[in-house]
Amino acid sequence: MVSEHDVRHIAGLADAGISPEELGTFTHQFNAILEYFDMLDRVKGDPAVERELYNVMREDEVEPALPQDEVLRNAAAKEDGFIRAPRVM
Amino acid sequence: MAGTIDFAPEDRFNAFLAICDQPQYGDGPLAGIPVAVKDNISTQGIETTCASKILKGYVPPYDAHAVTLLKNAGAAIAGKTNMDEFGMGTTTENSAFGPTLNPCDTGRVPGGSSGGSAAAIAAGMVRMALGTDTGGSIRCPAAFCGIVGLKPTYGRVSRYGLIAYANSLEGIGPMGRTVSDVNTLMGVIAGHDRRDSTSQDRPYAHTPDAAIKGLKIGIPEEYFGAGVDPEVAAKVRTAIGKLEELGATTVPCSIPSMEFALAAYYVTCTCEASSNLARFDGVRYGPAADTRKSWHEAFQEVRRAGFGTEVRRRIMLGTFALSSGYYGKYYAKAQVARENVRKDFLRILADVDVIAGPTMPTVAFRLGEKSDPLSMYLADILTVPANLAGIPSISVPCGKAGGMPVGLQIMGRHFADERVVDVAYAYEQAVS
Repeated sequence: MVSEHDVRHIAGLADAGISPEELGTFTHQFNAILEYFDMLDRVKGDPAVERELYNVMREDEVEPALPQDEVLRNAAAKEDGFIRAPRVM
Repeated sequence: MAGTIDFAPEDRFNAFLAICDQPQYGDGPLAGIPVAVKDNISTQGIETTCASKILKGYVPPYDAHAVTLLKNAGAAIAGKTNMDEFGMGTTTENSAFGPTLNPCDTGRVPGGSSGGSAAAIAAGMVRMALGTDTGGSIRCPAAFCGIVGLKPTYGRVSRYGLIAYANSLEGIGPMGRTVSDVNTLMGVIAGHDRRDSTSQDRPYAHTPDAAIKGLKIGIPEEYFGAGVDPEVAAKVRTAIGKLEELGATTVPCSIPSMEFALAAYYVTCTCEASSNLARFDGVRYGPAADTRKSWHEAFQEVRRAGFGTEVRRRIMLGTFALSSGYYGKYYAKAQVARENVRKDFLRILADVDVIAGPTMPTVAFRLGEKSDPLSMYLADILTVPANLAGIPSISVPCGKAGGMPVGLQIMGRHFADERVVDVAYAYEQAVS
């Protein structure tokens, strides 16, 4: 069982931005869904996955990228060729 | 030969989020054919929102690889189709821009999450479209709208430019009115792309073959069990009977791991979503974050305003399942359950050529019918196994129940997409 307090904590971790009015509904729905997930406690099997295929990464070499104005086009706030972001500190 | 076409359909079902009224086309196998593209697939110069307010106004500076291939094949990009926000849903009701209606009955949902693509095809607005399938999002709307949809083998179509929701499960695939159209579109979009680290060098050059004499079909008991509408099950059994008339043989089989498949699927996709959707912060794209506020404050404000309820629910579920103390209980167990599903399919498909059953347990729901999230999730039980295992699966119309279309689902071995297409083609040719 998760409480409203737990859900508020998770919302904070996820930066999900839930409103106080939503807290009750989310908590109720979470408990129904997590109760369903609890069946996974009964799963038996080897956690090791047999792999025949692997991800293939390209070499880490500099390649042509999008021009700066294209990259910045969708940013709402920018300054001197940079993207403006909220303060971190 | 190249030029523009006039594309000005009346969109009575809210299938499109953007319509390109004079799209360009070129030479190739799709020369001059309008093709619709689901709105979570990046299209250079055309707004791409994933049906979310958080991407309103976002215009991608590049094309998804599948879109580049469409253009190289001469296709005209007709527009962007409606969907459940970020692909999270089974009805297309979770769109920030209103639900798509089912052209077969406007009081019902078209299925989801590629509901706009399916409705556009069913309504005759386009012949073919791209969809994406994470847990059934191509096959479900194909079944509900009475069209054909293929979820390719994982790795066969590049995901470059597909806006990620659950990378290990999702992929782009073709949807069309006929198996032949789906086959043509698959031939265009499949193949290797070095920009997708999971892309395989398995091009698709196939002519559908309706000769299925000697084909061995596995019929899993779980696909006809509790929760499957008897009328839907009966239609699918009749369709399988038709395949037997064509010379196929059937054998019963069982997928015991299916008991845990849905839980494994929802744990995995919500965990991946919580990570993938962290990028939507209103800084590089989307509505502006208030730069005077602190990071978390601004971030939460943008996400509360920009994400719908289901998206925030899944992000939070995933965050919870991955959080300290719960990882072993949820995510690690889900991966064991997922591997069990894959092993069950490998075991069965070592003995049979394909596996057949219903695509969806019911016909299309009424609008607003599935208001509780868990009951909505349960509707995906017959489609998620193919995503967990990474195998190809196609849905082909097989008649109607209560006046609404029913889909026959055919699943095959990894990289045997051609085989599931052939079986669907054989059925389609026999009944048309």
